[in-house]
Amino acid sequence: MLSRETSWISSPNHISKCIKYIFIDNEWHDAVSKKTFATINPSTGEEICQVAEGDKADVDKAVKAAKNAFRLGSPWRKMDASYRGALLNRLADLIERDRAYLATLETLDNGKPYAISYLVDLDMVLKCLRYYAGWADKYHGKTIPIDGDFFSYTRHEPIGVCAQIIPWNFPLLMQAWKLGPALATGNVVVMKVAEQTPLTALYVANLIKEAGFPPGVVNIVPGFGPTAGAALASHMEVDKVAFTGSTEVGHLIQVAAGKSNLKRVTLELGGKSPNIIMSDADLDWAVEQAHFALFFNQGQCCCAGSRTFVQEDIYPEFVERSVARAKARVVGNPFDSRTEQGPQVDEEQFKKILGYINLGKKEGAKLLCGGGPAADRGFFVQPTIFGDVKDNMTIASEEIFGPVMQIMKFKTIEEVVERANDSKYGLAAAVFTRDLDKANYLSQALQAGTVWINCYDVFGAQSPFGGYKMSGNGRELGEYGLQAYTEVKTVSIRNYPQQNICVFFPISPSRFVIFFMS
Amino acid sequence: MATNEGQKIPEEEQTAAKLGEGTIPAPLKEWKIQYTKIFINNEWHNSLSGKKFPVFNPANEEKICEVEEGDKEDVDKAVKAARSAFQIGSPWRTMDASERGRLLNRLADLIERDRLLLATLESVNGGKVFSNAYLMDLGGCVKILRYFASWADKNQGRTIPIDGKYFSYTRHEPVGVCGQIIPWNFPLLMLAWKLGPALCCGNTVVVKPAEQTPLTALHVASLVKEAGFPPGVVNIVPGYGPTAGEAISSHMNIDKVAFTGSTEVGLRIKEAAGKSNLKRVSLELGGKSPCIVFADSDMDTAVEFAHQGLFIHQGQTCTAASRLFVEESIYNEFVRRSVERAKKYVLGNPLNQEVQQGPQIDKEQYTKILDLIESGKKEGAKLECGGGPFGNKGYFIQPTVFSNVTDEMRIAKEEIFGPVQQIMKFKTIDEVIKRANNTHYGLAAGIFTKDLDKALTISSALQAGTVWVNCYGSFSPQTPFGGFKMSGNGREMGEYGLHEYLEVKTVTVKISEKNS
Repeated sequence: MLSRETSWISSPNHISKCIKYIFIDNEWHDAVSKKTFATINPSTGEEICQVAEGDKADVDKAVKAAKNAFRLGSPWRKMDASYRGALLNRLADLIERDRAYLATLETLDNGKPYAISYLVDLDMVLKCLRYYAGWADKYHGKTIPIDGDFFSYTRHEPIGVCAQIIPWNFPLLMQAWKLGPALATGNVVVMKVAEQTPLTALYVANLIKEAGFPPGVVNIVPGFGPTAGAALASHMEVDKVAFTGSTEVGHLIQVAAGKSNLKRVTLELGGKSPNIIMSDADLDWAVEQAHFALFFNQGQCCCAGSRTFVQEDIYPEFVERSVARAKARVVGNPFDSRTEQGPQVDEEQFKKILGYINLGKKEGAKLLCGGGPAADRGFFVQPTIFGDVKDNMTIASEEIFGPVMQIMKFKTIEEVVERANDSKYGLAAAVFTRDLDKANYLSQALQAGTVWINCYDVFGAQSPFGGYKMSGNGRELGEYGLQAYTEVKTVSIRNYPQQNICVFFPISPSRFVIFFMS
Repeated sequence: MATNEGQKIPEEEQTAAKLGEGTIPAPLKEWKIQYTKIFINNEWHNSLSGKKFPVFNPANEEKICEVEEGDKEDVDKAVKAARSAFQIGSPWRTMDASERGRLLNRLADLIERDRLLLATLESVNGGKVFSNAYLMDLGGCVKILRYFASWADKNQGRTIPIDGKYFSYTRHEPVGVCGQIIPWNFPLLMLAWKLGPALCCGNTVVVKPAEQTPLTALHVASLVKEAGFPPGVVNIVPGYGPTAGEAISSHMNIDKVAFTGSTEVGLRIKEAAGKSNLKRVSLELGGKSPCIVFADSDMDTAVEFAHQGLFIHQGQTCTAASRLFVEESIYNEFVRRSVERAKKYVLGNPLNQEVQQGPQIDKEQYTKILDLIESGKKEGAKLECGGGPFGNKGYFIQPTVFSNVTDEMRIAKEEIFGPVQQIMKFKTIDEVIKRANNTHYGLAAGIFTKDLDKALTISSALQAGTVWVNCYGSFSPQTPFGGFKMSGNGREMGEYGLHEYLEVKTVTVKISEKNS
């Protein structure tokens, strides 16, 4: 996942003032209720600033603005598709201009190491926006060879007002994943950012205005799930909701859509992704990738490789090397360039993870390293590894979302397929093997939206991502990602033949046909 | 198309213009020709023969400069460089597709930066009205490069549900070394049409610009280097058709040749490909495009589009609406208005703001057009206006309109490539479809009608690669363009345009067990 370029990283910027208001119609607003909430620096537990707290009334305001920007004849609707692409490219350029500042802010608010913010998150943001910028004028409808004297074609039209609810683990990147396809296809957006990490998205709002998007096309409402999020999911004027977050909340969103206006729903939810290490794999590489698969981003990845299945004959060796690797992991100040792991995002997550670790011990898994907090203040957790984990243990079935690795043993390929698929989740999976047949077999057999072979967490804006089963609905990224943001309209036109118009009728054997044709 | 300094750029052109910048500047008063050599491996070379050729300003027949004359040996050198840049493991072959897109976008940025200089040169060397050069040629050039830039990582192969225990997928691989021979009527735009798809798909190219107009292509070569394309990816060899062009089309180490120009030369290129290594050939050739105006159309619109469709860029467009079929009941009025429109033209130095028509490209074209005008008079067409040269310096020809043209006249059959409009009369739909299709060309066609059924029926019936309904000459990077019949092979632009620059490779892997 780390960018191949090892170019010089700009130093973190000094953050003097944060944008802390609601963004509607390209303008800044206080909450209608005047309420605010604190956003916390997870490295210290201290407040960074107070941010306007959006609720139903603010969502209504934002939806109204979005709807107005989407009316027939509006600047946004009349704009050339290629021009929408030009605006998205412009937005990417502005984000690139302010890359160091945004990376700093991301690390301050989220806790991820600055080098990762700068090299991985920001790099992928730019690539995602530029990728979708190019799709704007390339997402073709079709002309259809329909039976009869008709001319039939499809138009790929934007859906309309799209609510987008994004998580705190990759605040900027998830914003780009949502905005890219929605704006490329001509939708308007009301985005709710996570209450833990609202700051970078609001900074980007400013750049959206600077790039020249018309007012109302993008609206950003910071706030909480049960209030602002619920208002969006059940809003009668919202045509589509896209959500990235927990499976638990995913259920609530789907229910709200069903109870309100049957808005289209796409969900990118939790996972308990299997990572299968066959005994013929390159062991050094597999250990390093399995480590990365779980510990990357403090373990706060929906696709974390949180069930590491290792074939029996290499199990002891694999475990030993994995523990050595985890013990060497540098935890600390995310602005320190040597740091590999920062704090968890907030106290709630921190406590939840420690709770899972205790459960693991209680249920009989073998704690091989870590197992507790890693500092006196801030939400740091030690890199933790459990061995001898059984499939029925809580830590083997529930999403921990922290730096806690579970290593299990397996014997045969058939067995591991069954165990890997025995989960309500189906987001991602990985296989480490040098055997082409095994790789092909497993990539068919695994129930997962993404299968990585001899690699992990390889994301490209070009490749779709999403979940089987309860890991989600729909796909993001790639060309597939456009489908979630378009309505297909079939236009069929009766084309009366210019001559011999009655030829059809005398030869029709059935009066029904005549009736049908006329 | 008349323009004033400080005029606002029309809304539809704004994407091409820099965002937020909305005016057409005046042409540069002072400029210098910086690049006159052969561009190989990101370096400048003299011709191996030591020969040079002169380049002229067609508005005053004066020599602008001399350019190195590439011939077979220079083409060989360029092909060698292109082949080397295409080696497996080379920087160009190992580059991410999205990075190729970034390079093309950077090239577009640089062309935009030098837009004023390039538009000025295009106008001076090509006789092109400056505002057209600035808006259409440069605007189109930037747009097309950006359009193809973003195809680079969207040109997707497929996985295939093959029968049996196999896993099968396709890779869209570049063809290899592509020879690209471009014409003089849109020197920069045609260069962009060629470079965009070729480079986004990962090919390497050897380009031969037209001998009449090599200057802007050579300037772009310098920008290709500045943008950061690896050496050998783009090579540009100015020279003549029978020498450098011939060397490209018959080269054993060139995998594909793309040509835009006359049908006569297109035939020779395809033949050369057949006689050498069966290289892939795409051709965008001549036309004698019909424009059909029905009595129920909006006449003002039809007159204006038909006029622009023919007279734009001195009639030197392959899609020129050079057979104008007008329904009998409105024929006289249509001719009257068309003549009135043609008479409004201001001819002169294309750099001057008030000028709407510049010179033809060279003496050869000029003589050929005048000869065809004479044939029209002799064969009995009615000369409504124009009909001869204009001024005493430069290759200017008066805007000319012929009425009462019949299908067997030379001016109704041959491509004139000049400011000469032929207006014919028709009675029925059947008749006009037959007459419109009765040609060995099939590049474009126009229909003017308010009737939905006529529009659909005729757009299906016409044998043409592009049909414009109630408009003419509307091009965009998104829509494919190319010819039926002897107007060409293959399509340029749009997603279809990528196919010309790809080999599809099917990879089939035996697997132990298959599941859906």
